[in-house]
Amino acid sequence: MDKLHILIPIIILAPLVGSIMAGVFRHQLGARGAHAVTITGISLSFITSMVVAKSFVFGNAEAVDIVFYQWVASGAFNFHVGVLVDHLSSMMLMFVTFVSLMVHIYSMGYMQKDPGYQRFFSYVSLFTFAMLVLVLSDNLMLLFFGWEGVGLVSYLLIGFWFNRPSAVAGSLKAFLVNRVGDVGFLLGIAMILMYFGTLNYESIFPNVTAVQNLTIEVIPGFHWNVATLMCLLLLIGAMGKSAQVPLHVWLPESMEGPTPISALIHAATMVTAGIYLISRMSPLFELSATALSVVLVVGATTCLFMGILGVFQYDIKRVIAYSTLSQLGYMIAACGASAFSAGMFHLFTHACFKALLFLAAGSVIIGMHHEQDMRKMGGLRKYMPITYVTFLIGALSLAAIPPFSGFYSKDSIIQLVGESTIAGSNYAYFCVVAGAFVTALYTFRAFFLTFHTRERMDEDTRRHLKESPWSVTIPLIILAVPSAILGYFMMKPMLINDPTVLGASIVVSKHLDVIAQWREHFEGLIPMIVESFHSLPCWLALGGIFVAWIMCAKNPEWSESLKKRFSFAHMIMLKKYGFDDFNDLVLVRGTLGLARILFQQGDTRIIDGWVVNGIGRLINWFSFVTRKLQTGYLYHYAFSMVIGLLVFLGWLTVGL
Amino acid sequence: MFETPQFSAALPEIFLLGLTCTVLFVDIFMTARTRIITYSLTQLSLIVLFVITLMTFAWDPILTFSGNYIADSFSSLTKLVMIMLTFFVFVYSRSYIKCRNITGGEYYILGLFSLLGMMVMVSSHSFISLYLGTELLSLPLYAMVALRRESALSSEASLKYFVTGAIASGMLLYGLSLLYGATGSLELTAVSEHLVATDKVAIFGMVFVVTGLLFKLGAVPFHMWVPDVYHGAPSTVTAFITGAPKIAALAIMYRLLVQGMPSLMDSWQQLLIVVAILSMFFGNLLAIAQANVKRMFAYSSIAHMGYMLLGVIAATPEGYAAALLYGIVYAVMAVGGFAVISMLSKVGFEAEYLDDFRGLNARHPWLAFILLLCLFSMAGVPPVFGFFAKLGVIEALISVHYVWLAAVALIFAIIGAYYYLRLVKIMYFEEPSKMSKIRPAKDALIAVSINGLALLVFGIFPSQWITLTRTIFGA
Repeated sequence: MDKLHILIPIIILAPLVGSIMAGVFRHQLGARGAHAVTITGISLSFITSMVVAKSFVFGNAEAVDIVFYQWVASGAFNFHVGVLVDHLSSMMLMFVTFVSLMVHIYSMGYMQKDPGYQRFFSYVSLFTFAMLVLVLSDNLMLLFFGWEGVGLVSYLLIGFWFNRPSAVAGSLKAFLVNRVGDVGFLLGIAMILMYFGTLNYESIFPNVTAVQNLTIEVIPGFHWNVATLMCLLLLIGAMGKSAQVPLHVWLPESMEGPTPISALIHAATMVTAGIYLISRMSPLFELSATALSVVLVVGATTCLFMGILGVFQYDIKRVIAYSTLSQLGYMIAACGASAFSAGMFHLFTHACFKALLFLAAGSVIIGMHHEQDMRKMGGLRKYMPITYVTFLIGALSLAAIPPFSGFYSKDSIIQLVGESTIAGSNYAYFCVVAGAFVTALYTFRAFFLTFHTRERMDEDTRRHLKESPWSVTIPLIILAVPSAILGYFMMKPMLINDPTVLGASIVVSKHLDVIAQWREHFEGLIPMIVESFHSLPCWLALGGIFVAWIMCAKNPEWSESLKKRFSFAHMIMLKKYGFDDFNDLVLVRGTLGLARILFQQGDTRIIDGWVVNGIGRLINWFSFVTRKLQTGYLYHYAFSMVIGLLVFLGWLTVGL
Repeated sequence: MFETPQFSAALPEIFLLGLTCTVLFVDIFMTARTRIITYSLTQLSLIVLFVITLMTFAWDPILTFSGNYIADSFSSLTKLVMIMLTFFVFVYSRSYIKCRNITGGEYYILGLFSLLGMMVMVSSHSFISLYLGTELLSLPLYAMVALRRESALSSEASLKYFVTGAIASGMLLYGLSLLYGATGSLELTAVSEHLVATDKVAIFGMVFVVTGLLFKLGAVPFHMWVPDVYHGAPSTVTAFITGAPKIAALAIMYRLLVQGMPSLMDSWQQLLIVVAILSMFFGNLLAIAQANVKRMFAYSSIAHMGYMLLGVIAATPEGYAAALLYGIVYAVMAVGGFAVISMLSKVGFEAEYLDDFRGLNARHPWLAFILLLCLFSMAGVPPVFGFFAKLGVIEALISVHYVWLAAVALIFAIIGAYYYLRLVKIMYFEEPSKMSKIRPAKDALIAVSINGLALLVFGIFPSQWITLTRTIFGA
């Protein structure tokens, strides 16, 4: 397919060109020029993506591997720059460019009058470029390039308002925690390179069975299965990027960045890279039931326990951030249950409704003059009707109320986890079912506190309350559509049809294929809704909404008295289970303490004092002494040549 | 028996000789105001020469002129690179020499003759043509260094260059005569057939020859001229000296040692190892102590020659390919570096001290960026081209189990990174000490941009170059 040779570079490079132009020529282009070039770039990329995706999603095109050029060959290893266009990557393409386009348009309104306007657009386009590289790459090296690229831009954008200390701290935290994940990921890549001798998917996947029964002895005496270890290392990478317990601590802090960024990077695209990675590496994960169990348990734990924390937040963005953690947990859990397609399905619906929720929250924040505390909001529905309706659609979808998009994807995950029989699946099933209640509770708690209830803002803010400009509301309306109906249309292609729309991109071994088992007693989309009213998760979700209404809107004093009665539990929640304190006490302070000892004794005295500065001084001293050899006298020069000649002659002919 | 030589194989040299004479003739009728014609004619002929060389690219070796001259893919590629480098240096030179009252005509004509010498060198296949080429390369260079006639520094540099160069030529010639005595032949194929590893006379001659060649490369301990000449010569002449002649010297080193004396490999390998280590050591260390950027680059060039020799030491096709690539990359980045230096200079002012580069980013961000690329490339920072050059030679060393030598090279590379990065720090993180406007000539600015960006682009797309150089040596 020659067409792809042209289309794919356009998709990838258009955002990059936009980013460079907006960044380098920011003074010449001005604010209007900057958003014009970046939006043009991303629109081009979006339209081209649709053209490419069409033949995969609606047609049944074969996966295409295009190698653009070989970057470097070293010994037996070849690294090339190439793309793999298949069902999985083309679906991702569509969603990444779509959400990115919406966020670009939205940012014109949100970032208005910000002094870093051009810089912002340049970063967002650069992010899109890196994300597209990540998604399209046909080997782990290029994927890692994109992986680090999105991490870098995420860092830059969380700290976008770099004169706010909290933003700088947040960006640093995100960067450091991601480093932990990346070390695992890099080790995983190294291990794949070691056992397969290549990083190209097309060479790894047909040969995965080669490592099935190998063991590796990392610690003497302990034999580990190679496939399990590989998968666990990759999982650590995925946990860092997709913010799974215990590497989740950076995501709530990332809310210090501008809201459009939270929607694009920290909800719809970058944080889902971990799920994409696991799905992409599904042939490898399927080899190891142990690794799948770990994936399942990690995902389920994140899903329930991070969701609970969302109930206790008052910052509107943080509620949504914890909700993102919880939803990412659902997706990871789905992967753990070998229902990769369901995980990807939830990824897509989540991308739409979570982006919608964030952008709607951003709209509220604009209206409230950058106030994010829900205790100072309330009753906004009559001031911001469009935001109100779209937020409600997003919330219903997130809470998995039929027939909204979130219902299909999340209910499928819950049922599929229930079908799974691997170790830990009972615990996971409990978590995902309970999660349904929690999700509805925190979502509608935020909804009621923001849009209903008494108006608690100060008079000055209230007088200026109005609906946001069109560049903000249009993306909301556009995103509301897929948030409401996408699930209905994608359910069958994603899960029920055989083969599914993801086709051969995902490999599931026969005995673990929960989707195939579940598919047999699937009766149809409408019966699924009817059936859901006979099942626990749906009633839990409705119950969650009801409790949120009682506690926040109807009888706010009840929640206060509950807080007092269970003050200890409440404190644990406010402390977020103590992850941050643990990290601070053990990792940060402990490391600092250890570092101080090593620094004073080891570094300053021995390494710096003797080795580094010593060598430095020695080199400097030597350098200044030997430069005296360069006397400038011609006869010295000639002398040195003759001496050199004589020494070599003596050495080589006489053997002195 | 006399056979008619294949003139077509030597078409580039013949064309260049004819054109140089034409330019020389035309220049007689030029006044200072019409000198631009000399320049244009020179550049035009270089472009035509480039095309001719490209058209006659000799994938199959042609040995002609009674075995004195060889045209093969190695010589064709190096010629192309040298022509290109000369073209770029002349672009940088035009405005530089104009405001320094250096007579234009002589400058270009000397440069063209020197280029002719280099081309003869890389195509030489006997001692006669080899020596001819070497002298034809060197003599115009001595004159070019002294072109700034009123400057004592230039005259001193030129004289030093000439005297030490004469000594080196003497050594080379003496060594060649000894080898002739040992083998009874001047032609390289015959020499290689008659050389015996145990022949003391041959080893004696080899040491003399290698000494002469190492002088051309400027490797320790035959490097003393390098800092003085680099410093004393006008910056664009330094750019010329540091670029193409090094590639030519590498080329004859390959012809002589690898094609001419494979049986003495054990000896010359040992010799080159010592020289390479010494060069990397003294080059990098002494560069640290320099406050003058031109001298710093001079020492850095000594160190780079050490790295380039590593590829020859590996003595495998991969190694020669890596050495050739290193030579090309070094020439490109060094020419770029000196070009930036020449563009920062003004009438009556030479930007050569570290202080003159302070806060360059604030004064002219684009030039600072180009110099940054050159410096990163010299330091071997990925993804700039210099990284792959270093990677290639080190990989070649490791594949023949010289791991210790590779480790030594890496340690010196780290020491070397210090002074490159120091210049980067000075350019980017310090306040400029003067704010006078930098107004480089348009053509030079475009050329230097191409020059610097090439390092970046080929760093991202290096595999064509690596494959090309490997194909040439049949690796």
